[in-house]
Amino acid sequence: MTTPPALRWRAALLSALLFALLIGIWQLATSGAPPAAAKPMTAEEIEYAKLLGKDPAAGGEGAKSGFPTPAQFALGALKHLGQPFYDNGPNDKGIGLQLAYSLGRVGLGFALAALVAVPLGFLIGMSPLVYRALDPFIQVLKPISPLAWMPLALYTIKDSSLSGIFVIFICSVWPMLLNTAFGVAGVRREWLNVAKTLEVRPLRKAFEVILPAAAPTILTGMRISMGIAWLVIVAAEMLVGGTGIGYFVWNEWNNLSLSNVLFAILMIGLVGMALDAAFGRLQKAVTYVD
Amino acid sequence: MSTEPPFLQVEGLAKSYSGAAEPVFDGVNFGIAKGEFVCIIGHSGCGKTTILNALAGLEQASAGHVFMDGREVAGPSLERGVVFQGHALMPWLTVRKNIAFAVRSKWPDWTAAQVDAQVEKYVALVGLGHAIDKKPAQLSGGMKQRVGIARAFAIEPKMLLLDEPFGALDALTRGTIQDELLRICAETHQTVFMITHDVDEAILLADTVLLMSNGPRARVAEIVRNPLPRARQRATLHHEPLFYAVRNHLVDFLVSRSKTLAHGQAPTHPPEVRPGLDPEPAQPAGPTHGTLHRVA
Repeated sequence: MTTPPALRWRAALLSALLFALLIGIWQLATSGAPPAAAKPMTAEEIEYAKLLGKDPAAGGEGAKSGFPTPAQFALGALKHLGQPFYDNGPNDKGIGLQLAYSLGRVGLGFALAALVAVPLGFLIGMSPLVYRALDPFIQVLKPISPLAWMPLALYTIKDSSLSGIFVIFICSVWPMLLNTAFGVAGVRREWLNVAKTLEVRPLRKAFEVILPAAAPTILTGMRISMGIAWLVIVAAEMLVGGTGIGYFVWNEWNNLSLSNVLFAILMIGLVGMALDAAFGRLQKAVTYVD
Repeated sequence: MSTEPPFLQVEGLAKSYSGAAEPVFDGVNFGIAKGEFVCIIGHSGCGKTTILNALAGLEQASAGHVFMDGREVAGPSLERGVVFQGHALMPWLTVRKNIAFAVRSKWPDWTAAQVDAQVEKYVALVGLGHAIDKKPAQLSGGMKQRVGIARAFAIEPKMLLLDEPFGALDALTRGTIQDELLRICAETHQTVFMITHDVDEAILLADTVLLMSNGPRARVAEIVRNPLPRARQRATLHHEPLFYAVRNHLVDFLVSRSKTLAHGQAPTHPPEVRPGLDPEPAQPAGPTHGTLHRVA
């Protein structure tokens, strides 16, 4: 699909305007009433604060936990981006490091799912018998929320990080499995007949005829799976804790640092977009014009 | 007829589908000699494609046998090249790779250079040297069908099976590819079995035309030996003295006799006919002469 340049420019301009509007509303909504800390403290309150190890003269402590203004957010984001990979112990790691943990889990779970789903999908797509035999299982297992597996995973695997990977595996396996089966079953009879008349061996037929013929459909399944996996990893890491972007969000919520939560949300969105774009690229590479 | 069995022998071939009262065809008998070009003509639904698929080994007949070179055809084989109705090229591969796929199937031990040489030879044979690295989607319908033909020839099969290869092409393209096929077959002495709906195409290309009666219980009703000399030219074909005798014979069969021979009325061992040389059998006269071009 090609868009005329004029349209592209106008769309970009509109996007920029919407962005500015959003920031404007944000600014207006957060810069309104100053926090109630302006009220002078009583002597008892000052003493209490001192007992807690706080400096009452500094004041304004409460403002930090409120919703940040765009400027505060930008400052925090810059700080994170300037030092993405620091590691100061279990509860203080750079955003890049946390993202890397999440991506690692997603990558591992996704790869395992592909290793299972693509060969199994081939089998289902080629054999109506296997398709009918496995269909009830797939229909029941597919709609289960991946997080529902978490207790079982934690109990059997006994490792929170591996359980996260398992949850990613289980949620990405279905779209890949079904799409592979669908793509393989839909390979044109005439191409299979060509392979037959050329006495092509089964393995070569699978790799040189069926795989390229079904590749666009398989990649579509993978793209959907990756999208779901990236949605699920955040929730899974909130549950299992330890590392990862989901844990980061939860941890910053416990710290009442909405600025960091917002920044993490933005990063989740950007990484998700990049993943989808990468799969879109791959999909384009294997698509053929008939 | 000599006592030695022909190169390809079809004996009592039949195909029936469960639920149908009568088989699509039965008692189909014919033979093809080495180097012979045979066309089969008949109305839609008489099972021509099924017969071709049985010869290719792609489909199992309900009864009967096919022998090639003294051995029974049990499944698909590299000894029989097939050109499919749709070109059946793999759209993700270039012309070169499509044909190389076939060549590597036949000669798995060849080096890349040997494969490439074979590919280029046959691509040049169908005149597509300039388009060798294009994908099928970038080619016209006629070019795609040429690639299909090149792919079938490139494995140097003992026999070539063509399922109405020019059906989807316009008349001009069809003409040039017919000429090419004629030339290549003359050069390689290829044995060919081809389905067509085009009477003129059959006369131009075939040494023998098998006429099929209508289904159900269709049969090869007649074996027409083309009396025109083998070095036929598309441009001058209609000036041949016997051309209209052959053409009228074929058209008469398709228009009137094929219907009356349905339901197994045709003989199981069809007579050989040489239109223009043999006396014509008695038949209802009709104003069909030279008016019909294609019977679908």
